[in-house]
Amino acid sequence: MSPEVLLRAVDVVKHFPVQSSQLRRSREVVHAVDGVSLEIRQGETVGLVGETGCGKSTLARCMARLQDLTSGTIEFEGEDISRRKPRQLGRIRRDMQMIFQDPYGSLNPKRRVGAIIGDPFAIHDIADGKERKRRVQEMMELVGLNPEHYNRFPAEFSGGQRQRIGVARALALKPKLVICDEPVSALDVSIRAQVLNLLVDLQKQLSLTYVFISHDLSVVRHVSDRLLLMYLGKVVESGQSRDLYAHPRHPYANALLSAVPLPDPRKAAEREKIVLAGDVPSPIRPPVACRFHPRCPKAQPRCAEVEPLLEPRLGDPVDHVTACHFPVADGESLRSAQSSLPDDLRVIEPEPTPETVDVVGSVGSSEEADKS
Amino acid sequence: MTNPGALPTSEVLGEAIGDEAVAHVIEGRSTWQLAWARFRKDRIAMVSAGVIVLVVLVAIFAPVFASLTGHGVNEQFRQTGLNAYGLPEPPSGRFLLGSDDLGRDILVRIAYGARISLFVGVVATLLTVAIGAVLGLMAGYFGGIVDSVIARLVDLVLSLPFLLFAISLVSVTQPGLTIVIVVIGVFGWAAVARIVRGQVLSIREKEYIEAARSLGASAWRIMFVDILPNVLTQLIVYTTLLIPITIVLEATLSYLGLGIPPPTADWGQMIAESQNLYQQAWWFLVFPSAALLITTLAFNLLGDGIRDALDPGLARL
Repeated sequence: MSPEVLLRAVDVVKHFPVQSSQLRRSREVVHAVDGVSLEIRQGETVGLVGETGCGKSTLARCMARLQDLTSGTIEFEGEDISRRKPRQLGRIRRDMQMIFQDPYGSLNPKRRVGAIIGDPFAIHDIADGKERKRRVQEMMELVGLNPEHYNRFPAEFSGGQRQRIGVARALALKPKLVICDEPVSALDVSIRAQVLNLLVDLQKQLSLTYVFISHDLSVVRHVSDRLLLMYLGKVVESGQSRDLYAHPRHPYANALLSAVPLPDPRKAAEREKIVLAGDVPSPIRPPVACRFHPRCPKAQPRCAEVEPLLEPRLGDPVDHVTACHFPVADGESLRSAQSSLPDDLRVIEPEPTPETVDVVGSVGSSEEADKS
Repeated sequence: MTNPGALPTSEVLGEAIGDEAVAHVIEGRSTWQLAWARFRKDRIAMVSAGVIVLVVLVAIFAPVFASLTGHGVNEQFRQTGLNAYGLPEPPSGRFLLGSDDLGRDILVRIAYGARISLFVGVVATLLTVAIGAVLGLMAGYFGGIVDSVIARLVDLVLSLPFLLFAISLVSVTQPGLTIVIVVIGVFGWAAVARIVRGQVLSIREKEYIEAARSLGASAWRIMFVDILPNVLTQLIVYTTLLIPITIVLEATLSYLGLGIPPPTADWGQMIAESQNLYQQAWWFLVFPSAALLITTLAFNLLGDGIRDALDPGLARL
């Protein structure tokens, strides 16, 4: 732990009340984030991965203090910011910035690009008049926009350019930590690489620290040093990216990695595809103990009784931790694994109809699909 | 490009270049420029705008009417303006639009009355819109208790009978210009607030509002810098449509004797004074009414035109 810890989250919990009617609030809550702890060190890129609804965006919004926490603490440079009111955040609002997912929604359509990128300067009273314009145009150049487009409206730019505007706004004040909330998932595949490379280049230039949120493992792999894999509001596995990709321990991690498209069709055909049963359960009443047990091919009765801790498993390095009682060993096949849970505790896939067997079930046909 | 088939290609190419040039011109235009281009094509709106400019000029140069005719606005011409029975004189070379029951020149009084109507119309409307916009922004953005309080206040104001309230308010104060404006403002804001609140509710969920919050923008900055520009078109349209309503309200109050006290020239008051005499002196009723009608109609049509120009997608109400 040589580099300085920039942000530390301890046991962050965020529950949203479920509103059943206008008048009454039911006691049920959505367990969006349920006890997540993490550390982000100076200069690294931490990838936050998980499928839609697993709480990664909520966690990011809690870290940026756009949302109040239900419990837990968030420290930024050693200061607890989790209970501060928005007005008391001051300096932290400069040092921590966000890049948003939707380049169409995150720019005010009625304001000019110069005003949008100039916002951070205006809000923190740093530069105005000609000086502000100069610095805004500097930022525009930095992110690869034409500074002469200062007076244009967001509608006059393409998706990729708009995301560059968002990047320029986030980086205008030279923040220490940038939280990127799916910054490329709304973009064309052809433009993704451009924006990703821009982010990586800027990180080197400005020595930034990134939290990189994505549901796309191939994107995260490209940029992050460390990975946190979330499932239903909890971290199920985390570690150095290289480590985690090489030795995924959690059955969920294995399933996700097996779904990443491979460019080589032969390798893709050889690879074992793990198809999980069912859908993500409701975060209103998440499964007890290990939240993955109803869908897990390796589940045992213990998984529904004792919550597994995040620990190094199977001789992994200390920073590669997995919350699983029965981690997957290297080379272990999950296809033959059979959950030993009683039927009422797990998701049972309905008997596959003949067509679905053809598509999902056999390796041969998936090979064909990959080749076509 | 050597075979004959190349000819159409080069034509197409030329067209493409032409299109690009056109596209370049369009690109440089702002929302307002586009709206102005649409507005200019709307003949009714342009005529209405012309009529309003005329009314404004009449109001500004009201003293010119007085000096040209030689009739002061409150001067009573008992010799020339009234006939032997003490009745008003019909329109003639001396009194272009006739005279009223006290022998005053109706043309001059209409010109001066335009000042009151326009002044109240514009000032009271701006007051109404300003109060409504601020409260609507607050209700929509803050939500919670602020929203509940403002929403109940809106319900309360909208359920009060306007005229009864105006009568009782004027009876405790003195009738006058200020009280007319205040009464209209106090009653009008609720509708504006409701419209603005609805808009804000949808806008505040946008990601760019969250972006502004993550930059550390204060609530007021978000409301006025980020949200207000997005409700401005609706606000402008509503303002132009509210002006004629306000002018009619002012005339109504003056007609009932709750507005501008005599002898100040005012359209509503003139219509009220003509009540007993209109069978003998039609011009006394017709000309002030026509002035009111033409002005409000022009503002309404202008408002429609502005709405169509600013928001082409919006359906006609």
